[in-house]
Amino acid sequence: MLRPSDKRKPTIFAYILRRFAILILSLLIAAVVLFVLLRLLPGDPANALLSVGADQQQIEAAREQVGSNLPLWEQFLRFVGNLARFDLGTSFVSGKPVVEEIAARLTVTVPLALLGFALAIAIAVPLGILSAVKANRWYGAAISTVSQLGIAIPVFWVGILLVTVFAVNLRLFPSGGYPRRGWQNEGQVLYALALPVLTIGLVMAASLIRYIRSATQDVLGSDYLRTARALGASFSQALIRHGIRNGAVPIVSILGIELATTLLGAVVVERVFALPGLGSMLLLAIEQRDYPNVQGVLFISTLLVLLIGFAADLFQRLIDPRLRERATGAAT
Amino acid sequence: MTSLDLSTDRPARRHSLSLSIGLALVGLNVVVAILTLFWTPYDPLNASGGRLEAPSWLHWVGTDRLGRDYLTQIMIGARTALIVGTGAVAIGASIGVTLGILAAFATRLLDDVMAATLDILIAFPTLLLAMLVVAASDSASLWSAILALGLAISAIVARLTRILAKRVLRQDYIIASRTSGTSWLGVVAWHVLPNIWPTLSVNFALQFGLAVIAEASLSYLGLGAPPPNASWGRLLQEAQGTVYTAPVGSIAPGIALVALVIGMNLFADGLRDVGDPTRRRSR
Repeated sequence: MLRPSDKRKPTIFAYILRRFAILILSLLIAAVVLFVLLRLLPGDPANALLSVGADQQQIEAAREQVGSNLPLWEQFLRFVGNLARFDLGTSFVSGKPVVEEIAARLTVTVPLALLGFALAIAIAVPLGILSAVKANRWYGAAISTVSQLGIAIPVFWVGILLVTVFAVNLRLFPSGGYPRRGWQNEGQVLYALALPVLTIGLVMAASLIRYIRSATQDVLGSDYLRTARALGASFSQALIRHGIRNGAVPIVSILGIELATTLLGAVVVERVFALPGLGSMLLLAIEQRDYPNVQGVLFISTLLVLLIGFAADLFQRLIDPRLRERATGAAT
Repeated sequence: MTSLDLSTDRPARRHSLSLSIGLALVGLNVVVAILTLFWTPYDPLNASGGRLEAPSWLHWVGTDRLGRDYLTQIMIGARTALIVGTGAVAIGASIGVTLGILAAFATRLLDDVMAATLDILIAFPTLLLAMLVVAASDSASLWSAILALGLAISAIVARLTRILAKRVLRQDYIIASRTSGTSWLGVVAWHVLPNIWPTLSVNFALQFGLAVIAEASLSYLGLGAPPPNASWGRLLQEAQGTVYTAPVGSIAPGIALVALVIGMNLFADGLRDVGDPTRRRSR
């Protein structure tokens, strides 16, 4: 959909620039939110370095090391400076750099989210289009009903149900766990990820189907489709040549949001299947009050969410036939 | 298109149906929740049978690993879900509507900043935001979960309110009302709120369902209300450990949860069609 503010931006270049500025601004706001939230956490972060019964000198030394003795604005500047250099500090618990652990965890979470996302698209696109085109047939209505059901089911319960069916009864897949050597053993990783990916794919497909269905309905009622039909194109020709391109435009930004949600929603799915991903790292860090880890995971996930949104917006701009024409028209 | 001819008479009937089904499901939940205040089939805190018994006439959904009646736990879970859903929506609505209206009236710069901040907060999934607030409060309790979900909802409500209110404020009758001497508060009370209320209330119903799911997820992750507050999420988490021996336990609380959420969604659907006649034709 065209937003009113779009009218002022004639070239794609100006749009990218503006959108990039928003991205940077968003990151700054996110840094402020993160900073404030972490100061709200109970206790001085220096406490994590101290043992019970530490004397005043040790406390001062620890505060010096963590930086919690500095004035707030100086803490904030240091915080932002470190984030900009991807220096996320070292874990209080393991003593290892936070960035390293996050990188290791991402090898679980990113494939999980992307595979689930791909599966969801593979399910939702054909079913969504079918349910809109055949809305008056029983299977069209059935698809809509099932997708209604799908958005009311919590993702972890879908996981548990899949475990009940595929791990407990059929004994096809493991109920959880992850190979210790990770991607060195690809077959086992994929085997371990099968049910988690299916869980994410099914839940996400349910909500995607509704968006694709309504986008298709918009396309079906559009004038350009009727014109194409009047000019002699068959129904499927018109739908493929004109409908998909136009219908995809609103879907792209929704896909961006959904991908971001999946990435973070993996927290719960990782818990169901005991996978060592970013989500379980966050849960463990919250439990252990390991502030650098909490902060690191939150920053990286916010960054990923914002980057995905940025990419989705640009991509949407590129594929929109109406906006593209205007952009090239203004350039030549 | 052929589908268009059908859509004129059938959906209208289906939607009043969804309102009644929705009300029935939510109503059942409310009745059970109130009932648990006076009576439960068994003592929720003490064993009333063997451990992990299968469903029987005595224990309709079996017993948990401590021998407590499972149906009793699920019934109390209904109460928790209602408290969380109502509380979170109440907090989210009061903060969100206030912020949204303020943003709609604010100067352009302030409005832009508020809109951008809300967009970022919304990009954050509710659950993550809730996890943060729960982590920031000292101990996990029912109230910290409600507060967390309420805050997450308030961002969504604020954005919606802002958009809706701005649309109303552009109307000519607002200028007419202002020139005839109505104060800003009067404009909000007499024109803005009544006009945006139908859309807002549908959104509240949807947010209620999402809050129930989010609370279940939080307690599934161990960040929800601690025992003895029975929550469907925690019941499911405990039942997952015994899924090989007592699979019923990991199914029943989920069905209760889905029934409530679907009930609320259907209710919202029905509400939308009753409250907004323009939507009836387009669907």
